[in-house]
Amino acid sequence: MNTTSRTRRWLGLAALASLTLLAACERPPMETVQHGYRGTGMVQVYNPRALVELDKANVVPEAQPPADASGPKAGAVYQNVQVLGDLSVGEFTRLMVAMTAWVSPEQGCTYCHAGANFADDSLYTKVVARKMVQMTQHINSSYKSHVKETGVTCYTCHRGQPVPKEIWFTAKSEPYGSNFMGDKAGQNTPADSVGLASLPYDPFTPYLLGAEPIRVQPQNALPISGAKGESIQRTEKTYALMEHMSSGLGVNCTYCHNSANFGGWEGGPPQRVTAWHGIRMARDVNLAYMEPLTDVFPAHRKGELGDVAKANCATCHQGAYKPLFGQSMLKDHPELAAYRPYAAAPPADAAAAPAAAEPAAPATKP
Amino acid sequence: MAQYQNLFTTVQAVGPLHHGVPLGHGNSPRTGKVPAIVHLFGRLGNAQIGPIYLGGLGLASLILGVLAFNIIGFNMLASVNYDPIQFVRQLFWLSLEPPGPENGLGLAPLNQGGWWQIVGSFLTVSILLWWARTYRRARELGMGTHVPWAFAAAIWLFLVLGLFRPVLMGSWAEAVPFGIFPHLDWTAAFSLRYGNLFYNPFHALSIAFLYGSTLLFAMHGATILAVGRYGGEREIEQITDRGTASERAALFWRWTMGFNATMESIHRWAWWFAVLCPLTGGIGILLTGTVVDNWYLWAIKHGVAPPYPAVFPEVMDPALMNGGK
Repeated sequence: MNTTSRTRRWLGLAALASLTLLAACERPPMETVQHGYRGTGMVQVYNPRALVELDKANVVPEAQPPADASGPKAGAVYQNVQVLGDLSVGEFTRLMVAMTAWVSPEQGCTYCHAGANFADDSLYTKVVARKMVQMTQHINSSYKSHVKETGVTCYTCHRGQPVPKEIWFTAKSEPYGSNFMGDKAGQNTPADSVGLASLPYDPFTPYLLGAEPIRVQPQNALPISGAKGESIQRTEKTYALMEHMSSGLGVNCTYCHNSANFGGWEGGPPQRVTAWHGIRMARDVNLAYMEPLTDVFPAHRKGELGDVAKANCATCHQGAYKPLFGQSMLKDHPELAAYRPYAAAPPADAAAAPAAAEPAAPATKP
Repeated sequence: MAQYQNLFTTVQAVGPLHHGVPLGHGNSPRTGKVPAIVHLFGRLGNAQIGPIYLGGLGLASLILGVLAFNIIGFNMLASVNYDPIQFVRQLFWLSLEPPGPENGLGLAPLNQGGWWQIVGSFLTVSILLWWARTYRRARELGMGTHVPWAFAAAIWLFLVLGLFRPVLMGSWAEAVPFGIFPHLDWTAAFSLRYGNLFYNPFHALSIAFLYGSTLLFAMHGATILAVGRYGGEREIEQITDRGTASERAALFWRWTMGFNATMESIHRWAWWFAVLCPLTGGIGILLTGTVVDNWYLWAIKHGVAPPYPAVFPEVMDPALMNGGK
């Protein structure tokens, strides 16, 4: 009797301990989707409960009806319009309203515009916003290899927040200790950037800012005498970048890679080509658009090392294999599709243009 | 009512305590004058703790082993700025890393792999001394040396990972870090770097012996427990008699699969399966990077891996098209 109850108590404790150990796991059932040849593990695993949440987070805001393209150009009517000047005043105003809803719905126009003078560049946010419009146009025109015709808008990254949720800063490689012992070698920390693995936790600086070689797997069966192969350390860095891509897109390794042969291109999914261009796109965006803004941003928007916020795969994707599950917002905003020169000199009646531009939009939520 | 069971024994019979056989010239006295009786230990094995034979080899091995363990621990502690709470929370992530590839086989600065080299040498000597100790103790008891040689198989894999292969590759950076998750990440990275270890035939053999070992262990353990009611754990004295636990165990397997091991051969099977697991595994690791650079391509070349039908539209390496990297 006594033995039985004691056994039960031990069994209960053991069951409780097992449940505690499993607390960090996602509960079954999962859904699997095969997308390669049978029996090769080319399978995507999805948590249907997480997908419901992800669906809710990827609802596209409704677009305003198109504005009249005729009439005077914004560049002629308003002062200090350095981009988008060739839009009609109506189109320009429509985009400003949309940008407010996408980026600063709570803060309104004055998040970027200083007081009554909308032409004033004294707020850093306005300078950043201008650069970001140029960046959006650059992505949509020069990186069709990655964004196709779906394209991106401000909302792809911002999602109603002034600072996109997923950004990165260069990590301090040795935050602790003297130079005597305890070097973490930039890894061995439960970091979100690498899905809580003990891999190097800043795979972005070397690959999405620098252009260190990502490929580590030799494409020859036997060692080539005299050639020095890539190290295990470099392999772990590549692995860390791939871990970020996997969690950033909510996909398994085999979404892009052939399960038998990760390094080879033959027999693998075409998604890997899209991802290859995406890496170049992120690097280009960080080098050509974010880094030059370093001095524009105030200190509290910068990282530990004083560097500017930068983009990685998750900045746009936010856990979805395609940002916003492939719903295009660009089709409603063709003005963001490419760089639009506005070289036209102000016409003769330029003097009639109001010195201080009219408020572009009321700070109402759409 | 008291009952007798042969595992998790609830009734513990304790006889007069003894120190074991007398030892000859060149042996140390045993450590621990009065052996302790611990009931909880008796639930799993023998309730008598000690006396232990320490000896010169054991002492030297323990000192070096404890030093290595502590150097690893203090490096981990220093890496979290000596914060004991973070040390516990991050323990599975923390590690002592080997030197970087730029050091080759040379001595590395202390904090860039130097500590790893010190720990590696201490641990290697400690383990080798412990091996010599198991060999000497087996001989002193008049036993065969099966245990030391089984231990040597495990040491072979340890030395291949941390010494033989790094030396052949010309870089300590190829060796394994001392850390829980970091050594697992090393394993995954190792397979990725050298083109999928699943296509390494010695890796496959090692897995076969690993799974085979667990299967044999389960079959043997289950058989002996099942005939425990007839005293089946007293194996040798039963071998020749009819109707004993031993004969029932043999008959069970002959009836269910037509063939049965003997009381002796089952242990040879188990020993060889267990020993061949690290032995073949070590060979597989030693060949990786030294004579084979990409196991998948090696397997395709030699017809080991089947080519699969193309499912996806053909893609080309974009780096070749753009001339970039």
